[in-house]
Amino acid sequence: MSVIYVLWLREVKKYLRSRVQIVASLGSPLMYLGVLGFGLGPVFQRAGEGKYLQFMAPGVIGMTVLFTAMFSGIAMLWDRQFGFLKETLVAPVPRLLIMVGRTLGGATVAVLQGALIFAVTLIAGFRPASLLAVPLAFLVIALIAVIFSALATAIGSSIKEMQGFQMVMNFLVMPLFFLSGAIYPLEGLPKVLAAFTRVDPLTYGVDGVRGVLIGRAHFGVALDVAVLLAVGVLFVLFGAWRFSKLEA
Amino acid sequence: MSAHPIIRVQHVVKSFGKVTAVNDVSFDVRAAEIFAFLGPNGAGKTTTIKMLTTLLHPTSGALELDGLDPTKHQTEVRRRFGVVFQDPSLDSELTAWENMDIHGVLYHVPRQIRRERSETLLTMFELWDRRADLVKTFSGGMKRRLEIARGLLHTPKVLFLDEPTLGLDPQSRNQMWTLVRNLNKAEGVTVFLTTHYMDEADRVADRIAVIDHGRIVATGSSAELKQQTGTDSLEAAFLKLTGTTIRDESATAADQMRQVSRVWRR
Repeated sequence: MSVIYVLWLREVKKYLRSRVQIVASLGSPLMYLGVLGFGLGPVFQRAGEGKYLQFMAPGVIGMTVLFTAMFSGIAMLWDRQFGFLKETLVAPVPRLLIMVGRTLGGATVAVLQGALIFAVTLIAGFRPASLLAVPLAFLVIALIAVIFSALATAIGSSIKEMQGFQMVMNFLVMPLFFLSGAIYPLEGLPKVLAAFTRVDPLTYGVDGVRGVLIGRAHFGVALDVAVLLAVGVLFVLFGAWRFSKLEA
Repeated sequence: MSAHPIIRVQHVVKSFGKVTAVNDVSFDVRAAEIFAFLGPNGAGKTTTIKMLTTLLHPTSGALELDGLDPTKHQTEVRRRFGVVFQDPSLDSELTAWENMDIHGVLYHVPRQIRRERSETLLTMFELWDRRADLVKTFSGGMKRRLEIARGLLHTPKVLFLDEPTLGLDPQSRNQMWTLVRNLNKAEGVTVFLTTHYMDEADRVADRIAVIDHGRIVATGSSAELKQQTGTDSLEAAFLKLTGTTIRDESATAADQMRQVSRVWRR
């Protein structure tokens, strides 16, 4: 237990100390929120869908959590050759505890970053349906964070070259975001696109957060949470397995 | 205890595909001695350390550390050694104290002992005044000292040092070896080090194994090696044993990344 705690604490401490990074990582969500949020707002309104900012704020939160979680796991690539990872790999503790500590730490950082963006959306004019919905939304956000933190651990354990990082960003993280319905409604999509959105775990994450916060869910919050839980268990097991195979 | 070697390596071979990095290597390390692996880059020094520290499995042959097989009793063996890798493994975003503390938790050192021993070691390695500073603000020599102090926190029986002075200035190197020698005397910890600096092996080690192209060509104290070869310096002995001087082989991709990381991680 103390091993998990100390590795979790390490991630959180490092996050809280990296002020510059915190501010820098607000950049792209702010751009989406500012440019898309206000730029597409009038069209959205004219289509009779209401305020676009209300719709996309949960999507931007989901995106932030996705990016942060994936990033922290992939930092492992660097950590492996020139960092702390080796120190943990020769320690007389089971790999599973190390993986769980790291993953929970990465997930916590992603949730904190999500909370920061949530605050920003409030300033921009986003209004959740009720105050009570907020803690509930964060439970869903925590699930998203664990899923992608575990996935990032699996990827970080599986690829060796730093070049792989760019591949992952282009062919995994961006598609996960664009297919998730974070920035457009899932209703009335072409069949192929609809099929893709349904295999993207983030779709259920964003849908869940949106359902809880503004009462607009495509699949229903219960189904969203069920899918997220199942995928979460699967990814954590997958991540633990990949991490146990890691060679220093 | 003195009769049985703390490390025993018998006919160990390690191949990576078609490349044989370690080729039928056998040697013993006695408890409480300072043992040096001397050889050029790519001779198989790091591979041997990785096998002894449970990170790699040998292709064939037998390994023993304190009577235990590293391939079978991983956790037990890991408790018994401390290791300083060739590449830094500190968390540079944390303080020196935090690095020590996490290590103590990972090795199940009780809190009270953890604190006392961290203080003792940090003081000894002249880092106590800087304990609350982030490691990224440390010089290369300080980082290396901190890694050694950390490796000793759980009172291991064996301390592995893989090219610990690589990239350090002569003054830091001197200071480091003095500290390591003192510790070896005070705590009786066995030190297994690799180096490609002749003078270091000559000065620090009780016994030296000369390794080249994955094979051990000679083992003995510096005096014995000189006597064996009828030479008056370790350098000359090495030349006679291997037929070459220690060469700096063309830098590999990993070496280049190491350079980059040193600049980056200031």
